[in-house]
This record gives sequence, structure tokens and C-alpha cells, in this order.
Amino acid sequence: MATTQQGILDLLSPYPPGWGGVLLAGAVSTVAISACAFAVGVLLGTGGALGKLSGNRVLRLLLDLYTTVIRAVPELILIVGLYYAGTDGLNRLLAALELPPIDVNGFVAAVAVLGFVQGAYMTEVLRGAILAIPTGQIEAAKAFGMRPALRFRRVLLPALLPNALPGLANLWMSITKDSALVAVVGYQELALATRLAGASTKHYFVFFLASAFLYLAITLVSNVAFKLIEGRVRRGQPRLA
Amino acid sequence: MSFTWISSYWPLLLTGAWQTVSLLVISVAFGFVIAVGLAFAQVSGGRLTRLLARGYCTFFRGTPLLIQLWLLYYGVGSLLPMVPGIRQSLFWPILREGFFFAAVSFTLNYAAYEAEVLRGALLAVPKGELEAGQAFGLSPWKLIRRIWLPRAIRIALPTIAGEIVMQLKATPLAFTVTVMDLYAVASKVRQDTLLVYEPLLVVTLFYLALTAVIARVFRGLEAQVPVRR
Repeated sequence: MATTQQGILDLLSPYPPGWGGVLLAGAVSTVAISACAFAVGVLLGTGGALGKLSGNRVLRLLLDLYTTVIRAVPELILIVGLYYAGTDGLNRLLAALELPPIDVNGFVAAVAVLGFVQGAYMTEVLRGAILAIPTGQIEAAKAFGMRPALRFRRVLLPALLPNALPGLANLWMSITKDSALVAVVGYQELALATRLAGASTKHYFVFFLASAFLYLAITLVSNVAFKLIEGRVRRGQPRLA
Repeated sequence: MSFTWISSYWPLLLTGAWQTVSLLVISVAFGFVIAVGLAFAQVSGGRLTRLLARGYCTFFRGTPLLIQLWLLYYGVGSLLPMVPGIRQSLFWPILREGFFFAAVSFTLNYAAYEAEVLRGALLAVPKGELEAGQAFGLSPWKLIRRIWLPRAIRIALPTIAGEIVMQLKATPLAFTVTVMDLYAVASKVRQDTLLVYEPLLVVTLFYLALTAVIARVFRGLEAQVPVRR
């Protein structure tokens, strides 16, 4: 029973043989995956929302299919399915172009898959936020002769952000937690790092509790950050009750 | 695309579907009961119970379900056999199964999310209705049972339907702790037959169907009470 003599602090120390460093590195890669996927999601979501509101029938039908299917299927199935389908499809495409197959980087695959899933949720959040903008404001911008890009930057974006931020904050929280699912396809982020640490020391409880608190810390810090951002984009608006 | 494997795997698919549905039903049923307690603790409890309930919700909503599941299965699961006499006890055959840990962690997780929904709904019940109940001399317990809780549940119904669908979509995680649920069956088919997409597709259709059933049931429930809009 030599291991029980070993203190919990030794196990969690950031220097080997402690596993704290591995956990922290995992946490950093969790945040990195989440942030990149969130960014991809925002891009897809903006495109999706504008596309859905553009009035093009075919485009709208396709986007409806995208958001409905992605939001109806369990995340784990999507991540595993897209992970294999994505890498497999890419290599088939390369084979068709007579290029050698490549080994897709785990980080890129994770970001692409999570971002694609986030994009569907983001589309709905942003579409709602855009719809909540009084039409008069957009018409006024049109009447001033603003081009679509300028209109988006000066009128649409500042007006939609206060509406969209609570939804975006929710999505950020859910992606930091959903990113744990890429552990299942074998990319080492916090969840998988924890399992490794637990498996090699047999102190599963300590490590999972530690990583739970790391996730909690990420959530709580993001909460504060989003409060600050919301205060910033809502400046000049009447306070909500 | 080939679906010939279904003819030999359908019994397994059915047991998988059964496991998925029972995980969902167990976690929603028990989770809801816990959630009612947590919600009332946050709305009308004393300082300490309020703090505890808030802490519970923050912890379970702030950490991934996968981590909670693994914390229970690997963490608590490795500590359990140290309890003296537990291996001889009546419950050991249940306690050593992955299904038990999956059910417990899903229940605890669902309770946290549902408590948050119910808390909002409890606060949304018009004050006048509660005061009317008090004026009629209802005891606090009766007030909760006859007015406060039923009204809050009605208010929360659409959100509860959403939460249950979310819970359904979380159940495939159970396959990581050796539960033979629907998703696990799909990955077994993949290992046996090297077909990647077909089993996932079939399983997905089942989840979609179940989502549709849940939505339909809740639409029926909501229609029970006429609402003036």
C-alpha cells in the first residue's frame, strides 16, 4: 500500500511524477479546441443565419436540413460519425485527385467536427437575434445607401449582439463540455488526459474530481467574462429587470 | 450501403433500444423528483439549503456529463469494493454494472438542469394565486401540492420537453462504461462487419423517432390545459 502513503498533492503536482502538468495541458487543449470550434461555429452560424433570412428557397431548405438534423442527433453520434466520415471522405477525395492520403491532425478534425455542430445551433441563435432587430433600423440603413457589408458592420452587428450574447454564452458553455466527447475518438484533451492519469496511478477518484473542478473553473471564468462583454455591448441600453 | 446485417442483429438492436429507453426513463423520473426538492430549496429554503442547492446545480451544470460519469464509474466504482461486506450484499450484482453508474450519473445530472428550469417556473407563478391559496387557509404543504407545483410544472412543460430530448441525446455516453445501449450496438456492428455509416444511420433514425414521440406526448400534455393567449 505504498501508493496510499503518497499524498494527493504529490499526485497533482505539476512536475513529473505528479500528473498536474498533464491535466493542465489537457485543460489548455480543451480551451483551445473549444475556442477554435466556437470561432468556426460563429462563422458558419453567421453564414447560416444570413442564408436562412436571404429568402433563397433552395438555400433555406438546405440550411433547414442542416440545423434540424444536427440538432436532433446525439452529439456523440455526430462527433464519431463526422470524425470517421470527414477523414474518410477527405482521403477518398484525395485519392480521386490522385494525391497521396494524409493523416488528419486530431486537433483539426476535432475543431472541424465540433465547429460544424456548433454552427447549426449558432445559426438558430443568430437568426433569432437578427429577427429581433426592428426592421426600421435596417431600412434606414438601406435608405442611407449603405452597402450590405457596411450595413452588417455598422447596424446589424451592434444591434444583434445584445440579443445574441446570452445564446452565444450558452453555446460556449456547452462546447467546453461537449469537447470532452472528442476523448471518445482518442484526441487527448482534459477528459482523456484524466483517464490516462487515473489509469496509470489507479487514483481515478482524485483525478476525475480534479478535472471536474478544472472544467468548473473554465465555466465560472467564462461566466464572468461573458457578463463583462454583455455589459459592454449593452452600454447605452436600459437595464433589464 | 448494405443493410443485410439487420436481419442477424435485430435482437441486439432491440435490447439496445430497451437499455437506452430505460436509462432515459430512470434518469428523468428520479431526476425530476430530486429537481423538485432542489428547486424548492433554492426558492424558499433557508440560507444553508439555498447555498447547497445552488452549489449542486453549479457543479453538475458546470462539468461535462462524461467526466461525471467517469468520476462515478472509475472513481467511486474503484472505491466501492473497499466498503466491508458489500460484495456479499444483495445489491452487489447491480452495483458492479456499468448501467447502475450510468443511471445514477444521468439522474444527478438531469436533476441539476431540471432544477434550474423548475426554479424559474416556481418564480413565474403569479403571486396572487399563492396569496389566494393562503387566504383560503391552505397549509404550506397543501399550497405547494395543489397550486404552486402544478402551476409551475404547467409553465415549465415546453422547457421540460426540451430537457428530456437533451437527456435522450446524452444517453449514448453510457457506452463508454460498457452499457450495451443502442449506440454501443452500433459500434459493435461496426467492429463485426466493418460497416461505419449504416449502423449509425439506423441508430440515428431510432433517436429521431424517439424525439418525435417525446415532442408529440408533450404537445398532448400541453393541450390538456386551455391557455388564453
